Amino acid sequence: MLDIKNLHVKLEDEDKQILKGVDLKVEAGKVHAIMGPNGSGKSTLSYVLSGRAGYEVTDGTATLDGEDILGMEPEERAAIGMFLAFQYPVEIPGVGNMTFLRTAANAQRKARGEPELSAADFLKLVREKAKTLQIDADMLKRPVNVGFSGGEKKRNEILQMAMLEPRMCILDETDSGLDVDAMKLVSDGVNALRDEGRGFLVITHYQRLLDHIKPDVVHIMSDGRIIKTGGPELALEVEKNGYADLKSEVA
Amino acid sequence: MALPKAKEDATAALLGTLQMPDCGGWCRAAREDALSRLTAMGLPHRRDEYWRFTDPASLIVPEVPKAATLGADPEPMFDQIERLRIVFVDGVFSPEQSDDLTLAGLEIERLSEAMTSDIHWARDIYGKLEVEAQSPVARPLAALNTAFASDGIVIRVTGKVEKPVSLVYLHERDDSQAILHHIVKVEAEASITILENGPAAARFNKAMEVDVADRGEFRHIRAQGRDHERRAATHLFGRLGQESVFKSFTLTVNGVMTRNECVLNLTGDDAVAHVAGAAVGDGDFHHDDTVFITHGGETCESRQVFKKVLKNGAVGVFQGKILVKDGAQKTDGYQISQALLLDETSQFLAKPELEIYADDVACSHGSTTGAIDEEALFYLRSRGVPDAEARDLLILAFLAEAIDEIDDTRIAEDLIGRLEGWLARRKDD
Ligand SMILES: Nc1ncnc2c1ncn2[C@@H]1O[C@H](COP(=O)(O)OP(=O)(O)O)[C@@H](O)[C@H]1O
Ligand SMILES: [Mg+2]
Repeated sequence: MLDIKNLHVKLEDEDKQILKGVDLKVEAGKVHAIMGPNGSGKSTLSYVLSGRAGYEVTDGTATLDGEDILGMEPEERAAIGMFLAFQYPVEIPGVGNMTFLRTAANAQRKARGEPELSAADFLKLVREKAKTLQIDADMLKRPVNVGFSGGEKKRNEILQMAMLEPRMCILDETDSGLDVDAMKLVSDGVNALRDEGRGFLVITHYQRLLDHIKPDVVHIMSDGRIIKTGGPELALEVEKNGYADLKSEVA
Repeated sequence: MALPKAKEDATAALLGTLQMPDCGGWCRAAREDALSRLTAMGLPHRRDEYWRFTDPASLIVPEVPKAATLGADPEPMFDQIERLRIVFVDGVFSPEQSDDLTLAGLEIERLSEAMTSDIHWARDIYGKLEVEAQSPVARPLAALNTAFASDGIVIRVTGKVEKPVSLVYLHERDDSQAILHHIVKVEAEASITILENGPAAARFNKAMEVDVADRGEFRHIRAQGRDHERRAATHLFGRLGQESVFKSFTLTVNGVMTRNECVLNLTGDDAVAHVAGAAVGDGDFHHDDTVFITHGGETCESRQVFKKVLKNGAVGVFQGKILVKDGAQKTDGYQISQALLLDETSQFLAKPELEIYADDVACSHGSTTGAIDEEALFYLRSRGVPDAEARDLLILAFLAEAIDEIDDTRIAEDLIGRLEGWLARRKDD
């Protein structure tokens, strides 16, 4: 599904190389996790895959089902099924959460040549999904993420994911700032979306989240590279011994 | 004090083209007083402090700069709202296009008729609020208006009026000049909404004096003309009694030159005054909001919320002042003026001012100039919203705080629709 080959990325305005040859393949139906110390380039990878400005790809490719995504606009990537749950969801004063969700859902449908959702169908769908994430009517009415707590913002990301039903979901530290209950809500939301046809790339700093969202494959990223790949046990190993051992292992 | 020669000449030149309308009785004195005020202060000049951001030249040159007319609006503004329509074409009252001037809870007359009687209540307001507003800052275009207004509407509100009174200003001649002066007297506990829309003339000078008695309510929504080349200088004067409410909102879409002055005097205690505006301009567009609110009573609240979206060299100006007099304790004054610049050629010039002589007040003001928030834009696009649509959403979101000042949601939705239209028309460039 998602196929990243030898991806090299530097900052556009600065002579700073951040990704130094990332190779990664996420198959449909699978959950891959990326762990790694702060500053290793995990968020950068997620941003580059979703098309944020400010980065320059100096080498390598990234495709979704064979289609080159790196040349696409962010909205085109979204329309073919890419989704990033942001590490720091953005506040948008003046745009109601509901308006935002409806605009996004319909824009994607339009881009794919599908009919727009009727107001009634949309409302029904949002209410249903919001309920399982314990997002109340007030949060739906308020401007996007404005005044939301950290946990509310993350739940709101999962709500968007549930509404948009992307094929390839990237979650960037969705667990950070969550207490145990919120972590469970968010994980249940993600698990509910696990499906034969859908791939997940779960970026996390801690093993904790992976107790709830069981990964098939775990990658360790350090200094802009995947330095080790293994099964779920790799996450436990990192939790116990830290990253230092792994880094010296490959050095 | 003698006027500078240039000012004296400019004033004489314009006055040479104007003729004081015939009127008997009470108004003659009011007009002549206004004319002597005007000749004493002279017309505004770019070098005047109050006009440093806006060059008044095109508002005062003797020959009216031409303005092409776009013709009738296919979807007339406020059409879905039940209202009493009063139509002026190039500043001339049109009885054929207007409704009967009767509505429960108020008396309406044309100014030109009210002025023919020997005695009239309007005498206590006509030019009186304007005079009060001439200090500490001179407003010569308002004095000019009082002296030369050809017509207007005189309204006395005695009850709670159900339907808004809607002043519709049509523009048909490309060289027309209109000078209109309206008087609104809201009696105690009475309430009214006034709507205004349309380009009015190639050059429009309008004044409205509003006297709101204790517990009276005045609401005002205005949409300024779609004709790109029209020019307007307007003054809105308000005197607010105890526990009265005064709310005014202006949407300005296009118009090569607009100066909207609003001067409010909160004389009674517990009065509430909100003035807000949303202006969107593309290219040859200069829009100036100049507001002066004086708090005289205690525990009054005033809000100024002005937002501008500017593009392709458009210029926005905001001069806003809150003056809290000695004794106006517990004043709550808020002022925000913000511009969203869609490119680097546009500019916003702001002069927010607070002057406070009471010790127990809460006043705040802020002014910002910014571009589209790139983070928010990326967030929207990452959810599949195309770039142009995402920008529009953010522009409307930026204007929302001002539009939220409108109490009537139908009207707010109508105005949002206009803004969406403006955005849609700008997709091609
Ligand atoms: N826009 C940017 N400007 C400057 N430095 C950046 C920018 N984006 C990322 N970096 C740097 O790139 C490195 C990787 O950052 P990031 O991708 O956020 O790592 P992680 O998510 O693994 O913590 C860090 O050293 C970070 O400071
Ligand atoms: Mg990160």
